Amino acid sequence: MTALQSARLVKLVNRVYHNVEYYRKKMQQVGLEPGDIKGIEDITKLPFTTKNDLRDNYPFGLFAVPKTEIVRVHASSGTTGKATVVGYTRRDIEVWQECVARTISMADLGKDDIIQIAYGYGLFTGGLGAHYGAENLGATVVPMSTGNTKKLVTMMVDFGVTGIMCTPSYLLHIAEVIDEMGQMDNIKLKAAICGAEPWTEKMRLQIEEKLHIRAHDIYGLSEVMGPGVACDCKYHKGLHIAEDHFLPEIVDADTLEPVADGVTGELVFSTLTKEGIPLIRYRTKDLTSITHETCECGRTTARLSRFKGRSDDMLIIRGVNVFPSQIEAALLELGETTPHYLMIVDRVNNLDSLEVQVEVEERFFSDEIKELEKLTKKIATAIQHAIGLAVKVKLVAPKTIERSMGKSVHVIDNRKFD
Amino acid sequence: MFVKQLTVFLENKVGSLQEITDILRENNINVFSISLADTSEYGLLRMIVSNPELGREQLCNAGISARLTDVIAVRLENRVGTLAELFNVIAGADIGIEYMYAMATSKTGAMILKTNNQEKTIAALQAARIHILDENTMYHLQ
Repeated sequence: MTALQSARLVKLVNRVYHNVEYYRKKMQQVGLEPGDIKGIEDITKLPFTTKNDLRDNYPFGLFAVPKTEIVRVHASSGTTGKATVVGYTRRDIEVWQECVARTISMADLGKDDIIQIAYGYGLFTGGLGAHYGAENLGATVVPMSTGNTKKLVTMMVDFGVTGIMCTPSYLLHIAEVIDEMGQMDNIKLKAAICGAEPWTEKMRLQIEEKLHIRAHDIYGLSEVMGPGVACDCKYHKGLHIAEDHFLPEIVDADTLEPVADGVTGELVFSTLTKEGIPLIRYRTKDLTSITHETCECGRTTARLSRFKGRSDDMLIIRGVNVFPSQIEAALLELGETTPHYLMIVDRVNNLDSLEVQVEVEERFFSDEIKELEKLTKKIATAIQHAIGLAVKVKLVAPKTIERSMGKSVHVIDNRKFD
Repeated sequence: MFVKQLTVFLENKVGSLQEITDILRENNINVFSISLADTSEYGLLRMIVSNPELGREQLCNAGISARLTDVIAVRLENRVGTLAELFNVIAGADIGIEYMYAMATSKTGAMILKTNNQEKTIAALQAARIHILDENTMYHLQ
């Protein structure tokens, strides 16, 4: 594996040095030539890449192939108004399908299975990523997307669906609907592959117990590829990384120095085979640890432990990445409130909810309730446009939102992840 | 012909009204009329007071959202039919009422109105010889 990774890394560095001005400049700044990278032992010589670098080169600045080679783009939330855009060549899509297909095999599902994809389809990588992977494996794919849970349950029963791919919180919601519809004894579900948001071992066991299935944890992020970067097998002893395509590192989030196996730090990926938008040492900001011990299942790939949070302030709400700075940018752009806000994230009936409290200053409020209601609606729409999630907006009196001396407190997350 | 209404944004929580009335008392401001419009999340307090400018200033200094709004104060005699006369005039002029509330001191009864066309309302009321209270009278009511 190391030899393969080294060979691919050398090729990758050559590719980005010659095709992407951004990387060439960055390497030149630290006096690096492509020839200085002879194998994965040299990886630490290379500079890191962050989400901000993607934003600064919006939309296609980091693409390493002519646009004619790009067959698809996906996008996720940026830290401010601009989205993070990624492009895939035909070959990238093939690799992605294969990685997702591997995760589905890890969940012991195959071509004889009927799999519902209940991630959102669209710019979000979840829906199409899972879809292509399941199709690639030869399974029968039911592209449900999200939204109509009763219909999903009806088809789950009628079609004899055996596998499902969705966010874990949505699956718990689905389980409740199955219960409500009195269909728990009629489902044929064997396994679920869940991801796109943080969840706990407790929640995984809860899903398994409720639905009498195996629940697997799939990991991925659009910048690196999408779902399928890593997934756990039936022993649930960590997530197997597709490390022939994605070279993992764990670094100390502050010093950025590599840490030993078993030590928690920030996960960093280099996309060894990616053509469209290859990334060198991309900081995922996800905190986890790594092990290289052989798994009970026999797989020798490196494994990630359960994720322990983020090294930045990004929130994942209903599978959608949300940065508090996006809310602030939307409020400032609207210009009809103060930019003081508080996000309250909660999980009610297994579904995430987001309330945004906004201070009403003298110059913005009205003596008429209907005007205030209009304002509330306007703010909600602006935030929804910015983050792609429906929010509840609550107007509060001025100066009631806490301001701390340093970074103000913008988020109260009442969800329990432990 | 308008009078100033002191409008205050209120969060739904215990003590928010008290905070406001304390400030008004400390500044020797008399409240002639008060109306609270409530929603599930917040309220709007609308008041006719003896010194609206000072009231607004002092409330804002205390970090409370307060502003002045022009409203119409219509004097009402204490007899049957005065409200009917008032609303006949307003509806007859095709004017919609945004909100209204009553005011009564020991000597004067009045209706405070905000409509969707304030200038037209004044003209219609004047034409119908309905008594509108002006600011000078209003803030010195007994």
